[in-house]
Amino acid sequence: MRHWLFRACAAGVTALSLTACGTGPGTEDTGGGGGFTGRGPITLATGKDNSGTLTRIAGRWNSSHPKEKVRVIELSDSPDEQRRRMIQNAELKSPEFSVLNLDLVWTAEFAGHRWIDELPKAKFDDATYLEPTLQGASYRGRLYAAPWTSDGGLLYFRSDLLRKANAEPPSTWAQMGDTCKKVLALPEAEGMSCYSGQFEKYEGLTVNFAEMVESAGGSVVDGKGAPTVDSPEALEGLEFFTEAYRSGLIPKKAITFKEEEGRQAFQKGELVFHRQWPYQWSLANAEDGSSKVAGRFSVAPLPGLDGPGVSSLGGHNLAVSSFARNKATALDFVTFMTDVRMQRENLLLGSNAPTAAALYEDEELIAEYPYLPALRKSILSAVPRPRVVRYGDATAAIQDAAYRAMKGEITPEESLAQLQKKLERITKP
Amino acid sequence: MPVLTAQPFPTSSPPGAAPPNRRPGRRPGGRLAALLVSPTLLVLALVAGYPVLAAFRESLFGKREGLDSSGFVQEGEKFVGLRHYAAVFEGEAGERFWNAFANTTFLTVTTVALETVLGVAMALVMHRAIRGRALVRAGVLVPWAIPTVVSALLWQWIFQADGAANALLGREVLWTTDGFQATVAVIVADTWKTAPFVGLLVLAGLQLIPGEVYEAARIDGAGARQQLIRITLPLIRPVLVVAVLFRLLDALRMFDLPFVLVGPHKQSVETLSMLAFDEAANTRYGPGAAYAVVLFVYVAVVAFVFVRLLGADLLSGDGTGRKTSPRRATTAEGAMA
Repeated sequence: MRHWLFRACAAGVTALSLTACGTGPGTEDTGGGGGFTGRGPITLATGKDNSGTLTRIAGRWNSSHPKEKVRVIELSDSPDEQRRRMIQNAELKSPEFSVLNLDLVWTAEFAGHRWIDELPKAKFDDATYLEPTLQGASYRGRLYAAPWTSDGGLLYFRSDLLRKANAEPPSTWAQMGDTCKKVLALPEAEGMSCYSGQFEKYEGLTVNFAEMVESAGGSVVDGKGAPTVDSPEALEGLEFFTEAYRSGLIPKKAITFKEEEGRQAFQKGELVFHRQWPYQWSLANAEDGSSKVAGRFSVAPLPGLDGPGVSSLGGHNLAVSSFARNKATALDFVTFMTDVRMQRENLLLGSNAPTAAALYEDEELIAEYPYLPALRKSILSAVPRPRVVRYGDATAAIQDAAYRAMKGEITPEESLAQLQKKLERITKP
Repeated sequence: MPVLTAQPFPTSSPPGAAPPNRRPGRRPGGRLAALLVSPTLLVLALVAGYPVLAAFRESLFGKREGLDSSGFVQEGEKFVGLRHYAAVFEGEAGERFWNAFANTTFLTVTTVALETVLGVAMALVMHRAIRGRALVRAGVLVPWAIPTVVSALLWQWIFQADGAANALLGREVLWTTDGFQATVAVIVADTWKTAPFVGLLVLAGLQLIPGEVYEAARIDGAGARQQLIRITLPLIRPVLVVAVLFRLLDALRMFDLPFVLVGPHKQSVETLSMLAFDEAANTRYGPGAAYAVVLFVYVAVVAFVFVRLLGADLLSGDGTGRKTSPRRATTAEGAMA
């Protein structure tokens, strides 16, 4: 009991000091009400800024806007924790956070709860952005956040082994399976496995599951948010992967893989193919001995059932909190950050993939980041994860269904039927 | 009188004397005592009483469900009475609750039993060790000093597919996947972390046992085993009971270790605290509070039963404390006789 009391006290003290930090001096208008009015200091709530990129870019804004400075508030490393803090801030209607760095999967939840303001579409030109990134920042056809960084899944493959086996990068799952058979027959490939994605029971599994379903022509929810997961297409997609896991094409330990565990395995040369985000590119190419596959791999868009696959869209968007003060400044800051020039900086300084279409065709950038053309294809075909207001429950249900099917506890048919029922309950109006 | 010095909580009256029959209110200076105690009571009411009442109040309210025509969540709270409590035990949520209840209970019983046995063994070793005593004690404390989340990450590393545990066993057990192996992983990590806590408390108890008792026992021809069972264990009993009680209360609200080591939403290690967290993290504060209140009641009942059955000296003052002292005296005297 005593420990509990201590913790409660500590939590109380932290909360108090945080609110104390939140209310700074200065002439500020009060938040609330429609419209972007009021100028003055603002804050940006974001995840950990490990590379320091964000602080540097925000520094530029601060030197040109001395009276409307932005303070960067770094939240936890863990996305769940970031989301929890932002929700807490919104539930208290606190003006502490002005601009929110939102993972795009939270858009529906935050917009549906009126925690963020709708943005004026005129300020964000459709032609500037890759189309799916705008979709990811919208809820029911209205723009609620400015697309800032994007992310899409890529198929990493061992180009050295594929060349030896005389194989092309696959564009369908069946081709991938055949290529694996050829490659694994090579003496160099002894002890290797064919493929892995992220199959641990966490958000990454939702991403991978949605890709299985959508790359086979199915969908998890339709445009209006109604569940459509119990379909023959979805079944074909899920079956390919449960069968691959059962037959050993996907290694048994893959169900403990998050991004990092999978990256370790790929870098140790245990995998021929790996579904992964762009961040793996530079790490797996490191020449310091941490990667055995440096210079021996390449990337392609994800494969699908009958043709190229569909990636889940990742990325972060900037939104203005409904409870913020100085919303005119906040909106200006959002436009500044998502401007093409600043996105270029963000890519060069922090390897954060842009949402601006022009940057993917910039020769200078492609020389630096050869994966950009493949990533562009991946993002253009990408679909945002299910846009459901009760996203936390939806993703938990998806993970449960996919995990149990992968482990073989239930058949893919049972898994999809149960998931459909659960999602119907979760999205019930 | 070695018997008296062996008491960790000496009472003012000699053992065996009739309890003095006086009520606290009539004591001289009672008002001053009440005044002096009042700040403590006030703080307790603020940091312990208020949150419990607030959680209970919260558990009686719920959010409006559903979206309006333009896709917005309806705002406002409404009073729902005990509906959240009913929902805890019903249908699919009920299955999840009873599974979490069983997990919590199973983890508590197994970890506390293991920790008690290991803790007592550690304490006996630390008590005996003469050379490097300080080093051994500091070393044993390390696991207890490490924050739970950090130790969970540490063990996750050990238990990963090509981690140290599998290298030692020589086979690939997927410890962190849902299943009994995950339960074993949590038990191992928890025991590693908290056995030293029991060990240290018991060591403090051991140091209070005077050497003469053992000397007398040896003269009477008691072997090491007899000394352990007839002298050591009875004399450290009050300390042990407190240590086990603390561990029970701690283990019943286990959260961080399974959450980080194995992960959320995994049936085999989902505990009651994780259910409450899950509801609250999805902004359903009412049901979350209901789970928390149910857990609170469960912990309170366990603590109450435990104190009643084993008569911990926690409530010494009146009643329990005095009840145990004559018995302790006779055991020690019996050993000497």
